[in-house]
Amino acid sequence: MGQGRRLLGLEDLWEYRELLYFLTWRDLKVRYKQTAFGLAWAILQPLLLMLVFSVSIGRIAGLAPDGMAYPLFALSGLVPWTLFSQGVSGASDSLVGGESIITKVYFPRLIVPLAVVGSFLPDFVVGLLLLLIVLGVGGVTPSVTLLALPLAALALIVTTVGVGSFLAALNVRYRDVRYAVPFLLQLWLFGSPIVYASSVIGPSFRVVYAINPLAGPIELFRWSLLGGTPPSPSIAVSTAVSLAVLVVALSYFRRVERTLADVI
Amino acid sequence: MSRIVVEGLGKRYRVGATQAPYGRLTESLWNAARGLLGGREKREADREFWALRDVSFSIPEGAAVGVIGRNGAGKSTLLKILSRITEPTTGRAELRGRVGSLLEVGTGFHPELTGRENVFLSGAILGMRRAEIARRFDEIVDFAGASQFLDTPVKRYSSGMKVRLGFAVAAFLEPEILLVDEVLAVGDAEFQKKSLGKMSELGGGGRTVLFVSHSMPSILRLCPQAILLDKGRVLATGASGEVVRRYLESDVGRTSQRVWTVDDAPGDVVARLRSVRVVARDGSPDEIDIRQPLDVEVTYWSSDPSGLRPSVNLHFYNDEGVCLFVTNDWSNRDWWTQPRRPGLVHATCRVPGNFLAEGRVTVTAAVSTYDPTVVHAVEWDAIAFQVVDRSEGDGVRGVYAADWPGVVRPMLEWDIAFEPTVRD
Repeated sequence: MGQGRRLLGLEDLWEYRELLYFLTWRDLKVRYKQTAFGLAWAILQPLLLMLVFSVSIGRIAGLAPDGMAYPLFALSGLVPWTLFSQGVSGASDSLVGGESIITKVYFPRLIVPLAVVGSFLPDFVVGLLLLLIVLGVGGVTPSVTLLALPLAALALIVTTVGVGSFLAALNVRYRDVRYAVPFLLQLWLFGSPIVYASSVIGPSFRVVYAINPLAGPIELFRWSLLGGTPPSPSIAVSTAVSLAVLVVALSYFRRVERTLADVI
Repeated sequence: MSRIVVEGLGKRYRVGATQAPYGRLTESLWNAARGLLGGREKREADREFWALRDVSFSIPEGAAVGVIGRNGAGKSTLLKILSRITEPTTGRAELRGRVGSLLEVGTGFHPELTGRENVFLSGAILGMRRAEIARRFDEIVDFAGASQFLDTPVKRYSSGMKVRLGFAVAAFLEPEILLVDEVLAVGDAEFQKKSLGKMSELGGGGRTVLFVSHSMPSILRLCPQAILLDKGRVLATGASGEVVRRYLESDVGRTSQRVWTVDDAPGDVVARLRSVRVVARDGSPDEIDIRQPLDVEVTYWSSDPSGLRPSVNLHFYNDEGVCLFVTNDWSNRDWWTQPRRPGLVHATCRVPGNFLAEGRVTVTAAVSTYDPTVVHAVEWDAIAFQVVDRSEGDGVRGVYAADWPGVVRPMLEWDIAFEPTVRD
């Protein structure tokens, strides 16, 4: 009802939910038609990253909490990271790449980056299954904390959609974004508790660390699967930042959307 | 009840002489920094241009209205605003009811997906519900004649096939308001007829249709009412016969020659029009004696014709929008069979004297290649001239002075045999 919802153009989105479904399905289908390994990439990507990190920095003491095998620890961060990085890099290019339909027919433009993120969800689910199997083989059995997994996944998706749609809109205005995104993602990988535990970070950096909107979802995700010490209160900050990013992203997106077809 | 209400609609575009439509980040940051420091000067390179200015009209439920005008008159911009693709700078446009817009054939087709998949995808993009597409699926496929190719990726379709399938999806849209842009000018002749038939069917049943076209015959056939746009403003509205006449009598009908520079020439990499002109072998090119032959000269740059045979075709129309005839330079068999090289092509069509009827004749010029048909350059209503009958007993009408009907007035050969009455 509120002005806010109209500003973000969200009720329109509900009206067009079937289109969202079709575009998600298209992105998924097209991606797998063009690859030889298809859905196997959903397993290979986090697995290969896990190998790379285990071989390169895995021996360094203290990166993973005590008593936790580094590969297991890394994989539990790399699976959600894969969704984030694929979703963000796919979404950031999506508006520019969708020019041919954007200039020919109306629909809420937010559907385009949403569909891209959505099309990576099946990969995420496959990655999650892989992770559960690997954890099982490694002797980690999920505890009651697993109940927090849906919340962690939701927080992860919110962050991905927020960052992805913001970059998608920014990319329309400034094509530099395309070149900046891979670099940005690399920084983000090392600036988040993915291949190392957040306990590694010194206290003076904690504040800066907490405003990283990806840190909270990843920590929550890992805790729900591995248990151990509950995540620090800083994840509340991270989650709030993640929601703020989403709101800012949606309103910026809405602003760009108004003249999108003229400048794309 | 009005289905479409448009009030004071305007759309301004900024045309930066040096600037791309999208900016560079550094440029923006620099401007922001200057703004903070109090520098307020505007970039002088920015030019403004109003694609639409102060446009108002309303269209009642069930009406089919044509929108006509020259290239750049604002027709496409109007359609884009009405279909919500872009927002107006001033004024408002209100559409009451479910809107379907058809600005292209095969909107949203993905080459990697099969025909079946694309029918669903394109239908959804055009605003159909999934259940609706499923219900009409067989009809759509039937209309396109595509049943054998349903599971083939669209990238392997011929261009004609793609167009047919794309149009078929669109033809089964059932919005209350339908916005259509020129999509009928596609496909082979038979399919065009079929889609025109489908379009007039769509016009019935209380549906409101806004149809943008360069084709006066299609406008006259499909739309009882029409709007004439010129340089972004409404020049005339009313019965389409009258509006079409206004259009053809306006500045469209006054130029006997058009010349383009490399920058504004219509066309693509294969062919780009350089000039179209009418040359009267005797007298002024604007007014041509009905007895005199005339030439229509088309010059085009052909920069990359490798493996193709670009060919000029001319469509001649009278001031009621009736197509008098179409002619193509492949009538010159020597030229048609010659391999093409890059260069400037001068093609001259010779129209005999004592052939056209009196009145204003408008010529559309295009350069195309065939099999598959691709129109590389086209200028609708490129030139026009007036044919006047000043014959003094030596023309087709002889000494008969009253109205002489017919869209052409050819002087034909007659054989006369005479058998005198034999009286015994």
